[in-house]
Amino acid sequence: MLEVVGISKSFDGFKAVNNAHLSVEKGEIVAVIGPNGAGKTTLFNLITGIIKPDSGRVLFNNEDITGLPPYKICRKHISRSFQIVNVFQRLTVFENVQISILSREKKTWNLFSPSKSFVVKETETILENVGLINKKERITAFLSHGDRKVLEIAMALGGSPEFLILDEPTAGMAPEETSHCIELIKTLSKTMGLTILFCEHDMEIVFRIANRIMVMVRGSTVIQGSCNEVRCNEAVQNAYLGGSDVCLM
Amino acid sequence: MRKNTLLFLIAGIILLLLFPVFLPRFYVYLLSIILLYGLLATSLNIVLGYGGIFQFHHAVFYGVGAYGTALMLTKTAMPAILAFIVGPLVASALGFILGIICIRLSKLYFGMLQISLGSLVWAIVYRWYSFTGGDDGIHGIPIPEMLSSYIGAYYYTLIITAVCIFLIFKIINSPFGSALQGIRDNPVRSEMIGINVKRHQILALTIAGFFAGVAGSLFVVVDNTVFPDMLFWTLSLEILIMCLLGGWFSFMGPMLGAGVIVALRTFVSTYTVYWALVLGVLMIFVIFFLPNGILGYFEERFKKVFMGSEIKE
Repeated sequence: MLEVVGISKSFDGFKAVNNAHLSVEKGEIVAVIGPNGAGKTTLFNLITGIIKPDSGRVLFNNEDITGLPPYKICRKHISRSFQIVNVFQRLTVFENVQISILSREKKTWNLFSPSKSFVVKETETILENVGLINKKERITAFLSHGDRKVLEIAMALGGSPEFLILDEPTAGMAPEETSHCIELIKTLSKTMGLTILFCEHDMEIVFRIANRIMVMVRGSTVIQGSCNEVRCNEAVQNAYLGGSDVCLM
Repeated sequence: MRKNTLLFLIAGIILLLLFPVFLPRFYVYLLSIILLYGLLATSLNIVLGYGGIFQFHHAVFYGVGAYGTALMLTKTAMPAILAFIVGPLVASALGFILGIICIRLSKLYFGMLQISLGSLVWAIVYRWYSFTGGDDGIHGIPIPEMLSSYIGAYYYTLIITAVCIFLIFKIINSPFGSALQGIRDNPVRSEMIGINVKRHQILALTIAGFFAGVAGSLFVVVDNTVFPDMLFWTLSLEILIMCLLGGWFSFMGPMLGAGVIVALRTFVSTYTVYWALVLGVLMIFVIFFLPNGILGYFEERFKKVFMGSEIKE
């Protein structure tokens, strides 16, 4: 479904992403792992068009989407959430998700009908699915960090994506929030059939939900394979899992 | 609460309609000025408070709208109604053009470029004696008879302002308004949910230019003159202060700010030429104690009274 071929990006001579490869099949959950500064977020930014690559290509459903602006990529049903919470602070939870749906339905050029009456039901369904329905009238700035991270996902869902990119979905969450979030991701994959690409520092979570794992070190792909392949790979163990010589079964 | 708001609104409108009956001419004139400045400040707030765009030189559109109307009335024999439509349309066209040029830059840089391009427009108006009358401006503009009395001008201003404020209210609460507020809070995220940020911003700038132009054409009716100071950057600053003072996150905030500033300028300046000093001190207090402006402060208090601890978390 998604194919990233030899993509590179440097900032002022620093190679943030250097010839990275990634492939995601339909219906899979793929995790990207790697030490801090490995270029995971940059890779996601390259895929979603927030920054443009120096070289390499991004193919989505066999269509070249390299270097398209983010809003056009979004319209191809790729949605993402952000690592650092990126929501509309002054608006309510409900409005945050509603805008996302309005945008997908191309209704944002409507100047004179009250937006209150648009896509109410769909917004509420999404909020119900992620468990934020009780807080829908809250101003986003007053939400807890965990709730805002969930709202991130809810906004991404507003674009009715086929392909969902989650950048450290559970970072900074309390333990019960984390498990709620993991359940949510699993449900999205199972019941809605979403293809999910995410990155995460918590190895336990990665091994629990990912079908396949891609390991990045210093901007390059070390390996992409099943959980076991990755666990037993020597290069990965040296670079990332602490150089232990036992297979982490 | 809804009912209360409606009652207040109706009472306010009746009061505004009755003012000319018992107020002397000077106050009716002053009220007209407050209304049209209120519309001007509200039009700026479409892009400032709701769009998060630092439109630093908003007076240009006000001035161009006024000049457009004035020139149509003095130089052509076309029906007056056309002049009142063309002025705002020219202003919105200018808003569109300056928008396309400036929107490439973000935040403060947008404002800087806008000030310089706006000043260019001012310079043209200021220098082009044969067409705009240069620094003299245009005086004694022929106004249709119905509007030429101060009472006629007042009612015209009141009706047009009310209609425009209503339209702006509709726009702010439309899907477009929601998208605009989303862009204000987070442009990156907006783009990531499929909104073409720049196009929405340009449309907002065009709309803001249009309503500023309407305010300009109202000034022609109220004052029968236009002059280049109407598009000088100091006026832009004044409009900006109106928004901040009244509350740029409240819909009626700019209107209130306009009332306060026009009143201050009128009454304080009869006592001292340093009326700006009073404004400066007032502004310092507002920034320190009411960061959301006067109306923003009251709205917050109001909410706290009704919702108790719900709002805080």
